[in-house]
Amino acid sequence: MPKGMLIIDKERCKGCGLCIVACSHPVLAFSGELNRSGYNVVHMERPEACVGCGFCALTCPDVAIEVYRARVPA
Amino acid sequence: MGERMLLRGNEVIAEAAIRAGCQCYFAYPITPQAELLEHMAKNMPRLGRTFIQAESEIAAISMVYGAASVGVRTMTSSSSPGISLKQEGISYLAGSNLPAVIVNIVRGGPGLGDIAPAQSDYFQATKGGGHGDYHMIVLAPSTVPEAGELTMLAFDLADQYRTPVMILADGMLGQMMEPVELPEPIDVASLPAKEWATTGAKGRDPNVILSFDLDPEVLKRMNLALQKRYRQIEAKEVRYEEAATEDADILIAAYGTVARISKSVVRMARAEGIKLGLFRPITLWPFPYQPLKELADRVKTVLTVEMSAGQMWEDVRLGVAERANTPFYGEMGGVVPTPRRILSEVRKHAS
Amino acid sequence: MPVSTEKMVKVFGRPGSLTEARFTYCPGCHHGILTRIIAQTIDELGIVERTVGVAPVGCAVFAYLWYRCDVIQASHGRASAVATGVKRANPNLIVFAYQGDGDFASIGTAESIHAANRGENITVIFVNNQVYGMTGGEMAPTSLVGQKTTTTPDGRDPALFGYPIRFSEMIAQLDAPVYVTRQALYDTKRIMDATKAIKKAFTNQLEGKGYSLVEVLATCPTNWRMKPTEANKHVAEVVTKVFPLGDLIDRG
Ligand SMILES: Cc1ncc(C[n+]2csc(CCOP(=O)(O)OP(=O)(O)O)c2C)c(N)n1
Ligand code: SF4
Ligand code: SF4
Ligand code: SF4
Ligand SMILES: [Mg+2]
Repeated sequence: MPKGMLIIDKERCKGCGLCIVACSHPVLAFSGELNRSGYNVVHMERPEACVGCGFCALTCPDVAIEVYRARVPA
Repeated sequence: MGERMLLRGNEVIAEAAIRAGCQCYFAYPITPQAELLEHMAKNMPRLGRTFIQAESEIAAISMVYGAASVGVRTMTSSSSPGISLKQEGISYLAGSNLPAVIVNIVRGGPGLGDIAPAQSDYFQATKGGGHGDYHMIVLAPSTVPEAGELTMLAFDLADQYRTPVMILADGMLGQMMEPVELPEPIDVASLPAKEWATTGAKGRDPNVILSFDLDPEVLKRMNLALQKRYRQIEAKEVRYEEAATEDADILIAAYGTVARISKSVVRMARAEGIKLGLFRPITLWPFPYQPLKELADRVKTVLTVEMSAGQMWEDVRLGVAERANTPFYGEMGGVVPTPRRILSEVRKHAS
Repeated sequence: MPVSTEKMVKVFGRPGSLTEARFTYCPGCHHGILTRIIAQTIDELGIVERTVGVAPVGCAVFAYLWYRCDVIQASHGRASAVATGVKRANPNLIVFAYQGDGDFASIGTAESIHAANRGENITVIFVNNQVYGMTGGEMAPTSLVGQKTTTTPDGRDPALFGYPIRFSEMIAQLDAPVYVTRQALYDTKRIMDATKAIKKAFTNQLEGKGYSLVEVLATCPTNWRMKPTEANKHVAEVVTKVFPLGDLIDRG
């Protein structure tokens, strides 16, 4: 199981690409899928690489990303 | 009732504002309203209320906008050039449905003009002044005690109709000393709560104060709501005074300082056998068109006298609607017409 | 692929102080990041029920759609004076003014400086994107020398239009302000720094310390005619040379 996981709100995404650059792992890429506003939305191209650091979400100007992290086993 | 004191018009307006529960006062110095500012500077902090000498009239009216948003009673005062600067804020107050009181102690203009009494800001006060389709209630006292009464009233009307209200006076009234019986201070806690005010979204949805919407249909609805309120104000809040009109065949139409002077003219004319009466609008907006129309049916002439080139004159002619002659006599530049000079104008038109 | 977050903890979500409304900003515009940071700060300080925002005229004019706190829309440039009126009328409220560089540092120059000079106990967020975003990309007082805008088609010529104004430095000359800082949002480190600065600016107010100003170097990808990623790079490499980052005063 990956350490991190995102829920990306496709309708909020404006395809600016800032999250892609913010993620150094890298996880994110444009999906080629257009949302209702016509933006090419971002998706997790390599979800297994996500560490749940939240950098992408910090950077997202449209608050389109929610970040989840695996519980650290006790 | 309160105690009797000998006070200047400017001080009475300030003191009445305090007694009406004015919580925040913001202004920039200008003659001839300095005593108003000074009275507030001295007394507001003592009462734990806010006095700020603002960096400009624009800043002062913007502070008023902020304080009014929070729901407190608030006021600013100035004189003509300063009131010009306040027009932006007044338009925003009107557009955002905010109650506030603005005092204009009018001086000679245009431009820097002089510091003598004038009535040349009538158009600016009653016809909009700033941008957009709006009005404010304009109250024109003609004596020092009335300046106090109308200031108290201004706060009530502002709250009741969520609109800016202007006290339009002039330097003569501002400087004049008269004995006044000041009303008791109101109990601020007894005023109705302002549910719309931005007091913090606790236990309710957020409140928003704005005059803006990019959708023309929405902005039209906002405008229609304003206009509806203006019609209510026109229906309910017209105020005026008639003196010696019962048997008159000639009337002077005048407001403020000129109306006060004209009262002596009525006595002088009557002594000569001229049946002169006086029609004095107290609310310049809404203007008392209807009562004037009724009077116009009974007189031959309505002589408008103003310290301007003929601004209220336009409203008088609208009200009279050609039912009577409507000559005009005005002084400009801060020259105050003497009773004699007005009387000689009256004689010209008395048959 | 259906995402499963079942056995996971949410570490980043939409701040509660934001409504569900989508921002009206262009793709990649820093106004959005800043709006989120402010909402998050309001959340963290638990002050949404006593906060009043003062929105400018500029691209942030719609701020009233986004916050779950009360908002007042001010006339162009007067937000600091409006905030003054709010705070003086009700000192229990936490008041922030959010102003663009045209709003704050051009038309509102007098109101901005004098609110600072009185040491009003308010928080001002000053968004320096070196351009008039809302009206279509005209020169701002902060526009860089040589910067092409719709009103400086050949680039800003200092002989005609002067130099980019370092407004925060001017405010930092005054005795009253407690905190004046310049921040940026071009990478995650700067975003985290800016978040800290904004929290401090609000905390100062909560503690009754007085006037705090956070200038934020922001992008306007649309009017700069750059991709959002290029715009970030431009701030990092060019804009920060003219507007150095960091605290100018901190008397908190
Ligand atoms: C009195 C007045 N003058 C001009 C305008 C037009 N106007 C609207 S926004 C704006 C500039 C906004 O630029 P800035 O403050 O930098 O905000 P940005 O959109 O860049 O965030 C101007 C000039 C106005 N609304 N009111
Ligand atoms: S949470 Fe971190 S690792 Fe995961 S996608 Fe976002 S930036 Fe990349
Ligand atoms: S930063 Fe946000 S809006 Fe921009 S591409 Fe990523 S998810 Fe979409
Ligand atoms: S015009 Fe510029 S400042 Fe305005 S929303 Fe678009 S990118 Fe942002
Ligand atoms: Mg700008």
